[in-house]
Amino acid sequence: MIGACVAFTVYIAVIPLVFLLWQSFRTPQTAATPAVWTLGNYVAAYGTADTFRLFLTSIRFAFGASLFSFVLGTALAWMNERTNTPFKSVFFALSLIPLVIPSILFTVAWILLASPQIGIVNQLVQGWLGLEQPPFDIYSMAGMIWVDGLHYSPMAFLLMSAAFRAMDPSLEESATMSGASVWQVLWRVTLKLTWPAIFATILILFVRSIESFEVPALLGLPVGIEVFTSSIYTAVHRYPSQVGLASAYGVALLVITTAGVYAVSRLSGKGSKYATMTGKGFRPRQIDLGAWRWVTAAGFIVYFVMIVVLPFLVLLYSSFQRFYTVPSREALQNLTLDPYRFVFTYPDLASTVWNSVLLSFGTATVVMLVTSVICWIVVKTKLPGRWLLDNIASLPLVFPGIVLGLAIMIFYLNVDIGIYGTIWIMYVSYITRFMPYGLRYNTTSMLQIHRELEESAAMCGASWTTTFRRIVLPLLKPGLMAGWIYVMIVSIRELSTSILLYSPDTRVVSIVIWELWQNGQYVELSALGVLFILSLFFLVLLARWVGSRYGIKE
Amino acid sequence: MLKVEGLFTEYPNDRGDIVRAAQDVSFTVDEGRLFTLLGPSGCGKTTTLRSIAGLERPRAGEISVNGRVVFSSANGVFVAPNRRGFGMVFQSYAIWPHMTVFENAAFPLQVGDRKQSRQQVRDNVMRVLHAVQLDELADRDATKLSGGQQQRLALARALVMQPALLLLDEPLSNLDAKLRDRMRFELKRLQRELKITTVYVTHDQVEALALSHEIAVMNEGRIQQIGRPRDIYENPATQFVADFVGNTNFLEGVVARVEPGDHYVVGTDIGEVTLKAARPLGAGDRVAISIRPEDVGLVESCPAGSNVWRATVEQKVFLGEAIDFRVTLGARSLLSRQHPALRTPVGGTIFVHVNPEKCVVFPIS
Repeated sequence: MIGACVAFTVYIAVIPLVFLLWQSFRTPQTAATPAVWTLGNYVAAYGTADTFRLFLTSIRFAFGASLFSFVLGTALAWMNERTNTPFKSVFFALSLIPLVIPSILFTVAWILLASPQIGIVNQLVQGWLGLEQPPFDIYSMAGMIWVDGLHYSPMAFLLMSAAFRAMDPSLEESATMSGASVWQVLWRVTLKLTWPAIFATILILFVRSIESFEVPALLGLPVGIEVFTSSIYTAVHRYPSQVGLASAYGVALLVITTAGVYAVSRLSGKGSKYATMTGKGFRPRQIDLGAWRWVTAAGFIVYFVMIVVLPFLVLLYSSFQRFYTVPSREALQNLTLDPYRFVFTYPDLASTVWNSVLLSFGTATVVMLVTSVICWIVVKTKLPGRWLLDNIASLPLVFPGIVLGLAIMIFYLNVDIGIYGTIWIMYVSYITRFMPYGLRYNTTSMLQIHRELEESAAMCGASWTTTFRRIVLPLLKPGLMAGWIYVMIVSIRELSTSILLYSPDTRVVSIVIWELWQNGQYVELSALGVLFILSLFFLVLLARWVGSRYGIKE
Repeated sequence: MLKVEGLFTEYPNDRGDIVRAAQDVSFTVDEGRLFTLLGPSGCGKTTTLRSIAGLERPRAGEISVNGRVVFSSANGVFVAPNRRGFGMVFQSYAIWPHMTVFENAAFPLQVGDRKQSRQQVRDNVMRVLHAVQLDELADRDATKLSGGQQQRLALARALVMQPALLLLDEPLSNLDAKLRDRMRFELKRLQRELKITTVYVTHDQVEALALSHEIAVMNEGRIQQIGRPRDIYENPATQFVADFVGNTNFLEGVVARVEPGDHYVVGTDIGEVTLKAARPLGAGDRVAISIRPEDVGLVESCPAGSNVWRATVEQKVFLGEAIDFRVTLGARSLLSRQHPALRTPVGGTIFVHVNPEKCVVFPIS
């Protein structure tokens, strides 16, 4: 069983990388000419000034979006962890909601809000202030940074909250007792201690934004702002499709993300030097903001409106329209259920939803079970080479979704085992893509299982299988459940990998949303989006309930 | 009963260096005895215990219990830990948090090849829970137990399968001081009543002296001395043992002359010390002398005889049942434990006297 899991992992994780590199050195194969070795793709990709511009645009976008979400997330985390802002526990729960809204819907919602032609906010502000031009243009670099940064600010919020929480306040208090002022404490102790966390968070956000596909595709492509991910998409969808060129772009992107992920792992490896967590229980010190606490509370509310209320309301509003129109009294009188009728009578709806459910359910199950064994080997044994196994299983982490889709597409086009164009290729790609997440969840809980809990089972006479089944898996259950649900959610809203792999029979919900957008069917898209968000939200609630019910007893 | 011979256990640490945890460890434990491995952290005592348990695989040596060889490097024998049938209490107790008290204790009877019927399991578990006074709490979640109760449950779980050998890895170190004292008596009572052969690992010399039939003091992977508690304390074999077990004063010097009746006179920093030694010494040998604080006598009026020096009280520490004096003799200072009745003030003059038979001497190579 252990051997099978290891072999499976290696196959799943290593193959795409090898074939991506291989393809990037090949000419396209046509009926007349067979593929040969070439450097042409790299020459085409890097020989022009366009590529340099592409590189700069990608970096500018990723840097802007990651910095924006970092600043936003850190401010919120600080307010939430270290101040007496009222109702902050409610805010904490609320600000995680955006994580369940799929990127494509969030982007579409902001187009409906801030596009120069149809944006509601634009129309309102323009009307109020009597401007000649619409004030906001979402189809711009600033618009892309705004949407992407805003959408992923909860991630920064979570990461920085953890960093603030992990810090022992006595470290700050002893600085205060030594005579340091609030600002000196902040500058010389707090920031210095959280520095690795800050840097790691920015890097993680950077890697994530450079992988971002939906925002550049929807906001950038119409006005010619191209980044690597959207260029890969257009290269594949051009006729004849330029897979080699896309691979060359993909390799460049991989180099950037690999450097980022490597830097993050080096940083967290150095964590022990900066170990700020002590075993003793402590109550984090809170700063009394006085009357300012109402300002921070207002800040939270504005944030919540921007990130959840406005996007959801605009989708909800447009889902009850016959054609998309800017809100007016007239528009509100002509509400209709037509878009929902359209959605429910959509010919392939049942099979699409079924595909999504099947894929996410299957992916979550396989990923969590396989990684639990992998993780056991890595954490609990002293086998030589176990660190290599850990790295191999984490390898897909460096693949941007669209690059992974590309790599898997190339592999199964060349090695025909009959899964290209079926749901199986999507299954394989999902498992590959989300395996590192399963590994992280399992590792966290596996590390908490004291070695002696297993050893005592062995001393009681239990074999390895019995111990794994009766001791390890039950103790792992909270992490398994949490990871299972997380993987399920990220699989169900997956778009950037599926977009290169789907066929008309194997569409999933997010692909249908993408197609509706391409067809300009905004109201139908909104109706489907509202239903999609509601069901994801329900799934998260279910997850929390399951978690609290079957969580480990302290 | 338990026989360990020429045991070497080594393992690579995180940086890949080889840790020589147990080096040429040999000892035997007789039926029904409690044998303690005592030493500072990192001395290899836990590794030795884990090698006996089968949780570590030694590089060389032989381990047998009641004539059954469970490990032998010469014959290539290695019995897996789950096939050895030893009971073990871990330092963290390793109580499974997802099971009740009863389920924890019943686990050994439900796995492996000693499966018993439901009724047998119930009887055996309740009997052993009764022995550690946990029968009232059988249905409670294991996580809802106090530290002392968890410790007793871990013991019950180790005893329920009536093991040939009981292994205890610092079982009292996670308890607070008061509870530790009580559990020490409790453990001793259970072990003496059940007459179960036990190997006990601790770094606490008080625990070792109080519980054991026999003690092996370990340092840097090697056994320094094996003996009964009183032997270890009164006649330490090496300077390390004298230093580690209890407090002591060390004086270094050179043997000046040999006197009849195994008596020697040694020249030291504080003057000539007369002592009685079991091992033969020659004039000119460099030696270290260990004198326990309770053997450093203090009196206010100068007594007659040899081994008497004039000193000044430098510091006093009141401990309740005793008082520790630090006295200076020229450049040296000595620690002495006295009855609190002695009230000489700091800075006052006092006379130190030492019984020649209470000086333990070690040659320095």
